[in-house]
Amino acid sequence: MDGVRQASRSEEEVKVAELDARGIHYKELNEKIRSLIESGYEEIVLNGVNGQRYIGDGLVHNVRIVINGVPGNDLGAFMDGPRIVVNDNAQDGVGNTMNSGVIVVRGHAGDVIGYGMRSGKIFIRDDVGYRTGIHMKSYREQVPVIVVGGRAGDFLGEYMAGGIIVVLGLSSDSKDLVGHYTGTGMHGGVIYLAEEIDESKLGSEVRIFQADKTDIERLNALLAEFSDLTGLDVSKVDPRSFVKLLPVSHRPYGNMYVY
Amino acid sequence: MEKIGKYKEWKPDLWRVPSACGLSGFINRDGGLVSGEVIIDSMRVMNERGNGLGGGFAGYGIYPEYADYYAIHIMFESQEGKHACEKLLEDNVVLEKMEEIPKETSERITDPPILWRYFCKPRVEKILECGKSEDDFIVDLVMSINTSVPGSFVFSSGKNMGVFKAVGFAEDVGEFYRLGDYRGHAWIGHTRFPTNTPGWWGGAHPFNILDWSVVHNGEISSYGTNKRYLEMFGYKCTLLTDTEVMAYLFDLLIRKHRLPIEIACAVMAAPFWKDMDSAGEEERRLYESLRAVYGGALVNGPFAVIVGFSRGIIGLNDRIKLRPLVAAEKDEYLYISSEEAAIREICPKPDRVWAPRAGKPVIGMLKDGV
Repeated sequence: MDGVRQASRSEEEVKVAELDARGIHYKELNEKIRSLIESGYEEIVLNGVNGQRYIGDGLVHNVRIVINGVPGNDLGAFMDGPRIVVNDNAQDGVGNTMNSGVIVVRGHAGDVIGYGMRSGKIFIRDDVGYRTGIHMKSYREQVPVIVVGGRAGDFLGEYMAGGIIVVLGLSSDSKDLVGHYTGTGMHGGVIYLAEEIDESKLGSEVRIFQADKTDIERLNALLAEFSDLTGLDVSKVDPRSFVKLLPVSHRPYGNMYVY
Repeated sequence: MEKIGKYKEWKPDLWRVPSACGLSGFINRDGGLVSGEVIIDSMRVMNERGNGLGGGFAGYGIYPEYADYYAIHIMFESQEGKHACEKLLEDNVVLEKMEEIPKETSERITDPPILWRYFCKPRVEKILECGKSEDDFIVDLVMSINTSVPGSFVFSSGKNMGVFKAVGFAEDVGEFYRLGDYRGHAWIGHTRFPTNTPGWWGGAHPFNILDWSVVHNGEISSYGTNKRYLEMFGYKCTLLTDTEVMAYLFDLLIRKHRLPIEIACAVMAAPFWKDMDSAGEEERRLYESLRAVYGGALVNGPFAVIVGFSRGIIGLNDRIKLRPLVAAEKDEYLYISSEEAAIREICPKPDRVWAPRAGKPVIGMLKDGV
């Protein structure tokens, strides 16, 4: 294929394709990615990415996509399996409604990260914008996870129905770990925060609790994975001092519109 | 560049069009001049955000040889309208120069109106007669043309700046107007995906009055309230698009009422009552007073705007950030955009990239003495 450099990492026998994405429209880029996967490539490195949307969307394959540059909106939307690593910042809509797989952003990300996410993991090294993890949901062993190394904007976990969100507050010059309306309408799942926050920032559907033994074990495992994938040093983070936000009702709006 | 061809091959009408407006802008705070090509390059990255029904730009510092003259850009639907409008202009201003706005013939920008520009100063006797400032006189003249001269619309009326807009994709509009021939210290750009109002030439962004130009992504649900409020001060909304009120609000609040930029932004993106309650006493009184005095200037609904004016650019979001906005800095440059990629296209390695908070302006000003 034009513009594709082929290689293989012999020690692992992984077929790697490298692609120059500079100036290529997203439709053509995504077609190339799909055709490389069909040709048996297990790792695809995209260089010179800048603003191309929908990378990795709807892919169900066991493939790794490395992005050098800033991918456009809706990275990994509806994705079901692949691992995506972004060696830069990402924009809005990362992991929109994703079903499984892993997205790692070694920088910051924009708004609406992990919207309606059903499973899989998103690791953002630095800050995220507004509306992270809204409408996330879980089902049995399908438990979506978002870990944010920096801080999060307003509406974190709004209407969250399941899954896990962790905010560490590292790698950020801002003092506020989360913004306003955190957990508004939340009725399932859990949000872990590295420090206590003022209750005025919470929606009325959640309460603050101390992390217990099970939480600490879970956090230790997630922190190790997060640090390994993003390269961020988490040695100063102590899960024993974390708080968690839990919904106080499973059906906060059960009586809405019924009288 | 190959990229242009690639984007142009794509036919948006064959697909669902998942669009939203796109904004980009930058300023060189040292006053250094930059080609209009740069803002076109930035906007091209966000082609996806528009649907070809409006694109436009404003450049600041682009007319240094006529810096003391109002540069009036007008679109005419007919020669008759043009004659009537020029008669009105001659009665009210001294014309230093008038000419057709230079443009390329373009297959992608079709059916343009007649596009002319007029470098002028108000007639002294007219100023003495009405007792108004030159700026107010020009505002009245623009309103008069837009409301009373058939098929004539002023789309730019500042000094040493100009708005260039059309129906089309932003990058095509920029090339149509040959923006590469201009150099400015600040540029803003817009690609449009009209939702509630028609995609016509006058409805493309930026919206302008004097040197205030606004590009906007979102919907102003308070348009009716804002429009009626502005009418009390002589502004008349004629361009069939909500964003028009923002240009007039900035002119009213900052130029006429001399509010500091941050305060004007706190009027338009007013803090919620609950946030006022948790603020300190002095701040609470300030915001309550602003609400009481300027309630009609509160802009509701989702918006991200970039505002250009003679001394700088401002980026501002609605109070809960319902539209994207990213900012970046590199040395003397400040960049604001809907997407980080649009900034990175023209500034690959910024010193700092950040997401502005809801309702909090990002302001880039020319340095003192520039």
